[in-house]
Amino acid sequence: MMSRIPGREAAQNKGWIKAQKWLLLRRISQLGILGLFLLGPLASIWIVRGSFSASKTLGVLPLTDPLIIMQSFMAGHSVAVTALIGALIVVVFYAMVGGRVYCSWACPVNMITDGASWLNRRLNLKKSLSMNRFTRYWLLAAILILASLTGTIVWEWVNPVTIFQRGLLFGMGLGWFLVAAILVFDIFVVRRGWCGHLCPVGALYSLLGFASILRVKAGQREQCTDCMDCFAVCPEPQVIKPALKGDEQSSPVIFSINCINCGRCIDTCPQNVFRFSKRF
Amino acid sequence: MDTPKNTIDEKQQKSSGRRQFLTETVPAVTGALVLAVSLGVYQRSARALPPYAIRPPGAIAEDRFQGACLRCGQCARSCPYNILHLAELGEEIPTGTPFFIARKNYCRMCEDMPCIKACPSGALSQSLPIIYEARMGLAVLIDHENCLNHLGLRCDVCYRACPLIDEAITLDVQVNRRSGVHTLFVPVVHSKHCTGCGRCEHACVLDNAAIKVLPIEQARGELGKHYRLGWEEKEKAGGPLIPELLKLPIRRPEELP
Repeated sequence: MMSRIPGREAAQNKGWIKAQKWLLLRRISQLGILGLFLLGPLASIWIVRGSFSASKTLGVLPLTDPLIIMQSFMAGHSVAVTALIGALIVVVFYAMVGGRVYCSWACPVNMITDGASWLNRRLNLKKSLSMNRFTRYWLLAAILILASLTGTIVWEWVNPVTIFQRGLLFGMGLGWFLVAAILVFDIFVVRRGWCGHLCPVGALYSLLGFASILRVKAGQREQCTDCMDCFAVCPEPQVIKPALKGDEQSSPVIFSINCINCGRCIDTCPQNVFRFSKRF
Repeated sequence: MDTPKNTIDEKQQKSSGRRQFLTETVPAVTGALVLAVSLGVYQRSARALPPYAIRPPGAIAEDRFQGACLRCGQCARSCPYNILHLAELGEEIPTGTPFFIARKNYCRMCEDMPCIKACPSGALSQSLPIIYEARMGLAVLIDHENCLNHLGLRCDVCYRACPLIDEAITLDVQVNRRSGVHTLFVPVVHSKHCTGCGRCEHACVLDNAAIKVLPIEQARGELGKHYRLGWEEKEKAGGPLIPELLKLPIRRPEELP
């Protein structure tokens, strides 16, 4: 039997562009953010200064990574006001649009792991270790405890997320090995292994978005033909089922904090079951 | 009839719960713990900076710096002379933290201190009043054998390059014992004034600099806390602490008068 390629039917039904709409928009967003960071050092156009860890836009808008701030706090440093305001802005923003929007719309590691997932599907690698998706929260807790025990922002020693982000902007060094390790891990060991199981940065963002307004909704779920394309492309497939396959009383909104609002299910569904919607 | 069935269901539920705990939660927690512990061990390996790595001006003490610096690079981006690097994975410096290597490029000591202004976290302290009070490191004339001034030449390059000439580096006039007739002009660094900007190390004409800027804790010795300097105590007290000069026994070999 020929294996079904997710998204092909959607492309036939609604055209290639429409079947890639949110993916393309996300790539533009992710590359655009990198571009803004690089515009300063490469072209001396200083719109954004810094990196994903902390930045300042147009000399007025500070943004700070909440996990780094939490580690610094646990390490016993009294963080300066600028960084705190930056973290507050980030927290409020992602609390509204969905915590893991950071993962799908800003973080460049997502491009690596999406690529790994695509390769995994294309190579038809059926075997994958199963891993508990809750591991990331244990890791998050361990990191915060370790930060307070060591008095340092300890995760930043090895954090593949910030190392990749900073590496793209400042120079990667041995960071490439870490990126390669994630790629291999995601392709051959655990499907969606890093972003979907381990990453404590994403774990913290997921918690921030527990009551986010923007959500994906399986609004036309009665149209579902069980083609499974959405499950195949979704980075957190466990989040779809309650909304798509719940009984009539259940809400068609995907409430799980680990839905990354990437909109890939919207793109891929040949029947236009999904759309972006409000939580209510 | 119902009772035994319920018990089986409960039993099954219990055992499936236990299985889930054993096959999912336990490995997850163990994995997270192993990662965390190895990370804890790894980060211990480089708590002190390597001697060539100098922090930007205003950096708070190194042990606190590692809990404060967000690794964002805004200091590096705002340095007009682009001297700051962010440590890459695999360097002996905590990943992402800023430093400069004086031999490659030195701090120009901008009076408006843009790197400190850019720091959002307080890792570079805003309370530094003027750049001359920065203590990035401390210059040390390490090699007395190859320093040209020590060899009797008038190189003086470090002394002339120093932005605090005659304060942070002075020339100490000594007898050239090799020739017996010439003078040595020995560069001497004074920690009271040296900011650790690295200009002297950068300027040193040797293939490998004789004067080097080191992180302060590596450059400086420290007296025991209980040490008192007699002449300072005397000044503080406004007179000798011991009423009269002590009469000490004269000790010399027996045969001498």
